[in-house]
Amino acid sequence: MRSIIALVLAAASWPGLAALNIFACTPEWGALAQELGGDKASVYTATTALQDPHHIEARPSLIARARRADLVVCTGAELEIGWLPLVLTQSGNPNIQFGERGYFEAASAARMIEVPQRVDRAMGDVHPAGNPHLHLDPLNISRVAKALAARMSLLDAQDATYYIGRELDFQKRWHEATARWEREAKPLQGLPLVVHHRDLSYLLAWLGMREVGILEPKPGVPPSAAHLAELLGSLQQTPAKAVVRSAYQDPRAADWLAGQARLPSIVLPFTVGGSERAKDLFGLYEDSIARLLGATK
Amino acid sequence: MDYKWLCATALALAACQAFAQEQRPRQAGENAFNPSISLILQGTAARSSQDPENYRIDGFAPSGGEVAPAPRSFSLGESELIISANIDPYFRGQLTAALTPENEVEVEEAFFQTLGLGKGFTLKGGRFLSGIGYQNEIHQHAWDFQDAPLPYKAFLGGRLNDDGVQLRWLAPTDLFLEFGAELGRGRAFPSADSSRNGAGAWSLFAHAGGDLGASTAWRAGLSHLQAKPEDRAFEDSDSLGNAVTQSFSGTSKLWIADFVLKWAPNGNATITNFKLQGEYFRRDESGSLTYDDGTALNGAYASRQSGWYLQGVYQFMPRWRAGLRYDRLDHGTVDNAIVTGGLGPSAADFGPLMTAYNPSRSTVMLDWSPSEFSRLRLQLASDKSRADVTDYQVLLQYIFSLGAHGAHTF
Repeated sequence: MRSIIALVLAAASWPGLAALNIFACTPEWGALAQELGGDKASVYTATTALQDPHHIEARPSLIARARRADLVVCTGAELEIGWLPLVLTQSGNPNIQFGERGYFEAASAARMIEVPQRVDRAMGDVHPAGNPHLHLDPLNISRVAKALAARMSLLDAQDATYYIGRELDFQKRWHEATARWEREAKPLQGLPLVVHHRDLSYLLAWLGMREVGILEPKPGVPPSAAHLAELLGSLQQTPAKAVVRSAYQDPRAADWLAGQARLPSIVLPFTVGGSERAKDLFGLYEDSIARLLGATK
Repeated sequence: MDYKWLCATALALAACQAFAQEQRPRQAGENAFNPSISLILQGTAARSSQDPENYRIDGFAPSGGEVAPAPRSFSLGESELIISANIDPYFRGQLTAALTPENEVEVEEAFFQTLGLGKGFTLKGGRFLSGIGYQNEIHQHAWDFQDAPLPYKAFLGGRLNDDGVQLRWLAPTDLFLEFGAELGRGRAFPSADSSRNGAGAWSLFAHAGGDLGASTAWRAGLSHLQAKPEDRAFEDSDSLGNAVTQSFSGTSKLWIADFVLKWAPNGNATITNFKLQGEYFRRDESGSLTYDDGTALNGAYASRQSGWYLQGVYQFMPRWRAGLRYDRLDHGTVDNAIVTGGLGPSAADFGPLMTAYNPSRSTVMLDWSPSEFSRLRLQLASDKSRADVTDYQVLLQYIFSLGAHGAHTF
């Protein structure tokens, strides 16, 4: 009986009105798709800001959502390699397979940094296409927005003017906000930071902050006591102003080092939903900058 | 089709240009189309109080699979070579070859799978891990314990990977609902490979799954496998030690109910997480049994047997996991007309089939994964598969995966 009720409920929740059914791998692309799609798009976000985007499982709920998606919006650059291929093949949905028009990778439109010259697993969990956490560069958001709006127009030609119109409006607001953030973040220039993982590199590069240490001994390898002790020693030569980590990361290593080195420990939202204020992409950037500025006072 | 038409309209011109621009070639040359390759290396160092060579599950027909515990001393496990790629826009292909420590190559899986059938349908063909149960479809290197649960050993010879076709359909609902059907040759237990036209075994399965809040995900399933073994034989000895051959012909029906529940704080499994998994098996077999110690006797045979296991694995800190598993088989009822009809042999002459014994096993494990590509495991077990003795087992296992980043099923 209960399963029948579940079936009826599930059937009732079929979206019929929205023109585009979008499956976003991570919250930032979900937020962007919603900005561009407005009420013509129904957006499902597969992960939250409190989940490590590298380690997501191909849960049944994700496969069920991918089944009905018209468009999958993901980061690419192998960020979702551990789960997305499985979700796609099990979805039985031909429109969102790799290379189809319903498959969109932000990395294909973005400018990548930290592209390794050579890759070897001895270097840890490195990404051959470059650092995949590309959404913390506002120019990348702008580039991806352009490509994504174009893709949405392609899939839902009837509403193309609507998507392009929303995109132009978004670009205008984003451009103004970016200029404002760059002014506000002037004091951050040259700020030396210890990071947990290289997931904030784009933000650091954009605002001219410096990375003087990484809590992970190698990408994807959890911080070890020996590595933290070594890092603490090296901070004597190259002092940092703060230890920063993202909301989804284990707080213990950052808090330990911050305590030992008497530095503030800053938690950045990393993506939409990572903090109270990071309700959308604008909030994400505003809150991140505000939290970093706190360390300079 | 509509794409070309669309690109011709002025409105979408910018869109088409952008679509063309974002497709950047990553790699050039002939190698660009090489399939992804990954290799699994594994091995064990084991001690056991009973010789694994004499392993048997009392009260159950030998399944003929690789069900014995890890060999004593140092021993190489199966090295798995997995090669997969999209074949074209319509198909995907995969080969999983196991290089056994006996220097043989075994094809575990070699299948094609459709990509573009649409409407939620996926067709698979070749040799593949069957979709019945939960653990059956999971590759051995991704198991949470070194060996298979007892019901898998007794009822499926470790796992089912028949040659055949599989059709799956995923319902267009927010609740994960998947239905599947398989037709197979019946090349291994519970079938007995026979030269006949048509399918020797078929199965049906249904899976449902979803999330309970942000922290918990679940999946549950029901499966049915039906096989028609002909002369499914094994060698045994009677109560006096004389060699006999026993063989079964008839119908074998297996039902499996399975569930798995995964929990992680806010769905972030990197620091701590917990996985609870259990399956219940029930098998009904009816047909005839032949008992041959030189002169063949034949009689009706029917059995109803069951088994289950429950296991929990807890990651208590990054890299470290501890697990506990309990498995149990229920001998159930066995009607053997050769015995009840007074044809000569008594129940004592049917060691594996008629020993009224319920095998059980308790296993604990602790594993450490320096990265997601390497794992070292310590496993201890008290195994009461044999009626008269308890086998205490201890083993160390390594599992390394090289090459392409494999995606693991839920």
